[in-house]
Amino acid sequence: MARTLSIDADAAPVARTRRRPYVLTRVLQMVPTLLLILLTAFVLLQLAPGDMVQVLAGEAGGGSPEYLARLRQSFGLDQPLHVQFLLYMRNVLSGNLGFSFRNNASVTALIGARLGPTLLLAAAGLAVAVGIGVSAGALAAARRGRPVDRLIGIAALLVYATPGFLLGIGLMLVFAVALPWLPVGGFVDAYGVEGPWAHALSVARHLVLPAVTLGALHAAIYARFTRGAMLEVYGQDHVRTARSKGLSAGRIALRHVLRNALLPLVTVIGMQTGALLSGAILVETVFAWPGLGRLAFEAMQQRDYNLLAGLILCSGTLVVLVNLAVDLLYAVLDPRVRLK
Amino acid sequence: MKTTEGIAVSAVARPHAPVLPAAAPRPGAKLWRGWAAWPLSLKIGTALLALQLAVALLAGWLYPGDPFDLAGPSFLPPGADPQFPLGTDIMGRDIAAGLVHGARVSLLVGLSATVIATVLGTTVGLLAGYFGGWVDHLLMRVTELFQVIPHFLFAIILVAIMGSQLPYIVLAIGVTSWTMVARLVRAETLALRERDYVKICQVMGGGHARVILTHILPNAFAPVIVAASVLTALAVLTEAGLAFLGMSDSNRISWGGMIGASREALLDAPYMTLIPGAAIVLAVAALSLIGDGLAQHLRRGGAS
Repeated sequence: MARTLSIDADAAPVARTRRRPYVLTRVLQMVPTLLLILLTAFVLLQLAPGDMVQVLAGEAGGGSPEYLARLRQSFGLDQPLHVQFLLYMRNVLSGNLGFSFRNNASVTALIGARLGPTLLLAAAGLAVAVGIGVSAGALAAARRGRPVDRLIGIAALLVYATPGFLLGIGLMLVFAVALPWLPVGGFVDAYGVEGPWAHALSVARHLVLPAVTLGALHAAIYARFTRGAMLEVYGQDHVRTARSKGLSAGRIALRHVLRNALLPLVTVIGMQTGALLSGAILVETVFAWPGLGRLAFEAMQQRDYNLLAGLILCSGTLVVLVNLAVDLLYAVLDPRVRLK
Repeated sequence: MKTTEGIAVSAVARPHAPVLPAAAPRPGAKLWRGWAAWPLSLKIGTALLALQLAVALLAGWLYPGDPFDLAGPSFLPPGADPQFPLGTDIMGRDIAAGLVHGARVSLLVGLSATVIATVLGTTVGLLAGYFGGWVDHLLMRVTELFQVIPHFLFAIILVAIMGSQLPYIVLAIGVTSWTMVARLVRAETLALRERDYVKICQVMGGGHARVILTHILPNAFAPVIVAASVLTALAVLTEAGLAFLGMSDSNRISWGGMIGASREALLDAPYMTLIPGAAIVLAVAALSLIGDGLAQHLRRGGAS
């Protein structure tokens, strides 16, 4: 106790030695989860009808049983399952996620090409979600029980109840078809785009509708969460103290309530990453956004199991990493976590 | 991971977890008695859902015959012909008939997927919370796995592998959505395990099964009921999403399937998309209201 309060020279090393184990344990905790993701992808590939040798032979116009057996041997498919799993693990760890015969490209290359647009969409969607969600939730909490609060509650309910693709279609019909302000879909205009600034502007114009669609769904969740968290903080002693000091309601809401309520929001954002990627599948399909979600849709249509397994690996790992980042960020923001 | 768990639980469970009466098991029994005291959201939600269930049950009587029948001219807008109050779709199928029959499939998928998810999640949560130790550790790693893989992507892959018949769609949605229930039940079980009446039952020689089934499960079930209504809403949304991507049972009409089938006519005849879409919004909103209302009601019931 005394040590945490003191500001003498040896306080810093103490803090550092304490922080390192937290980071280390937290990183080590990821290992079993990552292994399980790998195992899941492997099992799904085993469950998928047909193996890649049949696909290969099929593309080549058939093959004799001996040829198929030789192919299986060359790919290690005649080995027992646990050996195959180790082979698969070795391949994945060396960056080889298999081959997509439908696209005639490696899964790694396909995912790599689509990762950027999805991260851009997810980041923009998250910004919209947090921006709208937190302000609406804060407003509702500050005006608890008043018409504004009710209105925000109803709006959040309706948006939450709308399937993502339907919201996207609705926005598209209004803002791209009826009022031709924004492009219907795609990533960048096909022609008339010269120079990096024009390119960025064109991408930004294409980004608006998908990002708003994806963000609106999550904004509803953040609004409800922010409202609930703020109402909880409103009941605490330090808020009463602030009130008794005669601070204005707005200052109390922003400085004393919202700041405390935002801390757990960081964790909620981490938990919603998977849902954000799930939502991106539908939103990218509606707006023809060339990201991982649309890639998943294409892979599903073509029954491209190698690609689907690669997408599971990639998105699962992404969520694990985001959660790690969120937990570490949380430890920085809230020292109580790492001292526990 | 500690923080994630703590928040995950508190975000959903906190409203009711601490106020469950210690010695008054079976909060479900209280639920039906005081329906006059239900919160407004619970009343509205239940009324809306009852209406939709009634329509679903009476579908065969309201619109006898196959909703896939080409009943009239195609692309008939709503209101143009009194025989087809909601118009017809690309193929000339009656949209009103599709809506009514689709209610059956959409609600059935939602409810059955929720049953699967609830049974799975409750089992995992009970075992993990009650036994603790390596059982808990193992089950929680598996739960984490199902949390980090995006649910919708997982469901898509399962349907792609199994096929898009209705039972497989239900299974895919159920299997990918149980984690929330597992975490809730685990948290409840961890708290209940330390209660005196549970310890007494153990001391009196009650076996694990007896303790779990008669002393822990009934008391851990209140938050599960709330979670189940949220899950049903999510399942209806997931079914619609799968159907929109073309993964629906082509022999059974559902709201999502109707939207998927009219995608090509989106710009010419948006009503084909918006009408079944409104049905989905109504169902999901009703279920969310029920979830909110139930949480509020159980919280209040515990306090009185």
